[in-house]
Amino acid sequence: MSLRDQTHLRVVLYEGRDSQPLEGGQRFEILSRLLGQGFAVTRVGESGQTAPADDGPALVLGHFRAGAAEQLSAAAPERMRVAEVSGLSGEQVAAVVETTRTERQAVQPGAWKPWFPVIDYDRCTNCMQCLSFCLFGVYGADSGGKIQVQSHDNCKTNCPACSRVCPEAAIMFPKYKAGPINGAAVRDEDLQREKMKVDISALLGGDIYSMLRMRSERAQSRFSKERDSDKALQERQKCLTKLAQAGDIPAEVLMSLPSPEEILRRAGEARAKAQAALAAQQR
Amino acid sequence: MNPEPAGLLYCNCTYAQIIDPAVKAGVLRRLCDSGRSFEAVADLCEMSARRDPALQRLARQPGVKIAACYPRAVKWLFASAGTPLDPAQTEVVNLRELTEPAALERLLAADLQPNLPADKSPASATSAPSSSS
Repeated sequence: MSLRDQTHLRVVLYEGRDSQPLEGGQRFEILSRLLGQGFAVTRVGESGQTAPADDGPALVLGHFRAGAAEQLSAAAPERMRVAEVSGLSGEQVAAVVETTRTERQAVQPGAWKPWFPVIDYDRCTNCMQCLSFCLFGVYGADSGGKIQVQSHDNCKTNCPACSRVCPEAAIMFPKYKAGPINGAAVRDEDLQREKMKVDISALLGGDIYSMLRMRSERAQSRFSKERDSDKALQERQKCLTKLAQAGDIPAEVLMSLPSPEEILRRAGEARAKAQAALAAQQR
Repeated sequence: MNPEPAGLLYCNCTYAQIIDPAVKAGVLRRLCDSGRSFEAVADLCEMSARRDPALQRLARQPGVKIAACYPRAVKWLFASAGTPLDPAQTEVVNLRELTEPAALERLLAADLQPNLPADKSPASATSAPSSSS
């Protein structure tokens, strides 16, 4: 199933009219617990605005006055459920929410770690270098030939390598540790991207992925002959750590690279997609 | 300036350890104690990738303060989900850089100080490209 093709459950912590406010500690505990489990929560308090209602399924939590819960759920019985949470711990409330999510067949939050590139279109020049570079099919182009992130969940967790090849510093990974990849403002010195790209390519011998793969295979072959498995493991970790530090590429990514033949095939596909997108822009 | 206080949106950045947990917990606790209504989400990144319909209703609020990360990242997370924020009506409070008191001061202040990066071109204002995936 596509990441984008799923039902979402809206959770509302209601403390408005016809309800009694929760005790402050309980409110914080409930919110912390639900957020920790990946749910989004609308807290309706004494003042201030919230986002408007929509047509999706909703679960309303609260400490309701007599009859209020029934009235509320009767307003939209197909779409809305109401649960009394007075006296419940955060863990118990989370269990109620999870049960409703399962019944409504809504998306399970947290099933996928959200690590993917975000394009800053104020900076992007649509050069397609990211599309050409990525072997995992994360990028594509829209019908007008404009670059876009299409398969977010194909991205390798913690790998920001494509942002390193962007000459305009236009690719962000918001969960990355440092700027400008994390979204911090781009400084002049950050625009030395071309230089950085050359440095990485030179370091790894030109074709980054095939070189990484070859190194990995050589290492596997060498270490398989080692009798001292601990020493072999240490050497391997050292080798991968060095590569990972040099190119900022996680060891997990290096270890999961496909065969050399598959790399060539995917690289050819990516190049063809990039060329088609560039041609579409010129039409 | 809006007659109503701006809407509040808090991102917990649940799936990463990039925001000081003490800052996150402190901000959330004060929001809980403030009596104000607000929206709390586990992770804006996940919602953007999933094109969660909640982003649309959050972006539609007439004035919103977003406690999350860098304004540039927040701007394009919303835009890439097809729900661009209104630059004149959005203030991002960066929990990666601000202390808890500084973040709370901005979140609970009556005024709105828009700070999304300016658009470089009219076309980019709202657009990430059309969805064709």
